[in-house]
Amino acid sequence: MSVQPETFKSLLKAAAEQVIASAPELTSLDQAIGDGDHGTNMKRGFEAVLGKLDAISAQPLNEAFKAIGKTLVMTVGGASGPLYGSFFLAAGEALSQDKHLPDDLADVFGSGVDAVSARGRSQAGEKTMLDVLVPVLETLKAGAGQPDLIARVRITAAEAVERTVPMQATKGRASFLGARSVGHVDPGARSSCVLLHAVCAGLEARQ
Amino acid sequence: MTDTVGIVIVSHSRDIAKGTADMVRQMVGSEVKVAFCGGNPDGGLGTSVPLIIDAINDAWSSKGVAVLVDLGGAETNSEMAVEMLEPARRDLVVVCNAPIVEGAVMAATEAAGGSSLAQVRAVAEELSAD
Repeated sequence: MSVQPETFKSLLKAAAEQVIASAPELTSLDQAIGDGDHGTNMKRGFEAVLGKLDAISAQPLNEAFKAIGKTLVMTVGGASGPLYGSFFLAAGEALSQDKHLPDDLADVFGSGVDAVSARGRSQAGEKTMLDVLVPVLETLKAGAGQPDLIARVRITAAEAVERTVPMQATKGRASFLGARSVGHVDPGARSSCVLLHAVCAGLEARQ
Repeated sequence: MTDTVGIVIVSHSRDIAKGTADMVRQMVGSEVKVAFCGGNPDGGLGTSVPLIIDAINDAWSSKGVAVLVDLGGAETNSEMAVEMLEPARRDLVVVCNAPIVEGAVMAATEAAGGSSLAQVRAVAEELSAD
């Protein structure tokens, strides 16, 4: 089994469009506990990805993931650029080694999550995107091969976003607020959920 | 003239980066290569990996380059930029954990005396020590 180029392209397009559509929401969340640029930064990055959609999708999967990562790194303009960029670069590197999609999805996703953790010097529980990515990785590991995996990922991501609300940020700009960061959704957790939900929706539509 | 460590200043604000570079120049004149950048790829507040890569290459010296940053995103983007340099240059660039203005001025002053990259970094980072 392998991922068809057409499938990859449509999923990437859907994910990018969903992030762009969510820019006002992400900015609003970031205005509450950060510097308010997460929406515009992610929009800039994923507009650049959309602009290269044909070129990226024409490459082998490992190179396509690396191209997404590099595009985000070079265009986002905030810490989320290297963070999301490192996720895709590491996932592409895993695919360049001996990993394949969809069979090794959890391993490939895990490589991306490890890269985000290393780049941000952060762990789950610090009110960041890792608070969505890490639980989703656990769901991918536990649910590999099961028919309801997509639904589980969707629910895991949505619940994980809500669990960032009572957390106090200890990484990123939100950590400057100390206890005042409590009571808000983390914008990076939300953008990770937006991306994952777009991929889930795209996969479900193809079933 | 013997080579001196280059200094790169990376701020979210181009005005701060330029102002810091002006203060460095006042101290060391043209004895040290200084490059700066600030702003995201659209020119708003933020930092940009390609601009940081350009600045590091502009300030390049055989003795290496010390990068001074302001807030988190500047540090993350600078670390990413270092990794995207050509392999031979990566190990000769350090992102200093130091206040941007004081760090840049002190690092450049140290560099002007011909110090090594490690010495330049240590002088800047001493400002952040408890």
